[in-house]
Amino acid sequence: MSLIKRVVLDVLKPHQPNALEFAGVIADRHSGCRVKVMVTEVDEKTETTVVTIESNDIPYQAIVDTITGLGASIHSIDEVEVSSTPQPEA
Amino acid sequence: MFRQLRFLFQLTHAHTIARRYFVTNGFDGALTMLGLTMGFYSSDSVATPVIISACLGAAIALTVSGLASAYVSELAERKKELKELEQAVVGDLENTAHGRAARWVPILIAVVNGFSPLLMALLIMTPLWLSEAGISLPLTALECTIVTAFLSLFMLGALLGTVSGQFWLWSGLRTLIIALITAGIVLLLGR
Repeated sequence: MSLIKRVVLDVLKPHQPNALEFAGVIADRHSGCRVKVMVTEVDEKTETTVVTIESNDIPYQAIVDTITGLGASIHSIDEVEVSSTPQPEA
Repeated sequence: MFRQLRFLFQLTHAHTIARRYFVTNGFDGALTMLGLTMGFYSSDSVATPVIISACLGAAIALTVSGLASAYVSELAERKKELKELEQAVVGDLENTAHGRAARWVPILIAVVNGFSPLLMALLIMTPLWLSEAGISLPLTALECTIVTAFLSLFMLGALLGTVSGQFWLWSGLRTLIIALITAGIVLLLGR
């Protein structure tokens, strides 16, 4: 079984909530996750962001639900770091 | 739930709209009560229960008007904004925070818009109810009600002043002057 340690997502989000509130909501709902949001492009109603999430075990689907629940859409997974859990000795 | 509603309010900047509606419609309610009570004051003596009924009727009408008008107009605006946002993100936002905001914020704004004149009216009518309850007042019930109306309008102005960063006293005096002009016109026309 593998654990997701780090994931970098290309996310298109509305202006509200702003990047600070957006990151805060993700971090509040998923304890143990470090969230970084970098705004790369801004247009009239939306902004393109790079969202980096780090944790010992990222609950990926729950995070996707949180992001889409905030009105954002995930365009792509740009980077991912996964580690396997050590197998118990027989 | 309160935290969720506050989040939806912040998402749509609806707290600024709600504050504006609270003051505007609160002002409407207070000035309506002032006009009514000044009208009664300038006519032959009217029984207190009649004044209470008339004021309550006007307050209820203002409440229903505020609720309905704000809900209809805010709902239309929120739906339009949601549709434009959906086009921008190329997706359905019905089940997101924005969709929930489009459904709930008009209700909350309507409640503020509808109940602010009612709140002001009930506050201003307090001396009338106290008089009916047999509590003695420093002036007649109607005069105390008129004074309460002036005070309420001053307080609304002072609140506006603190919100806009102006000195609360000048802002309060400005709305008090508006109230005095209104009272003067009603007295003039009543004679």
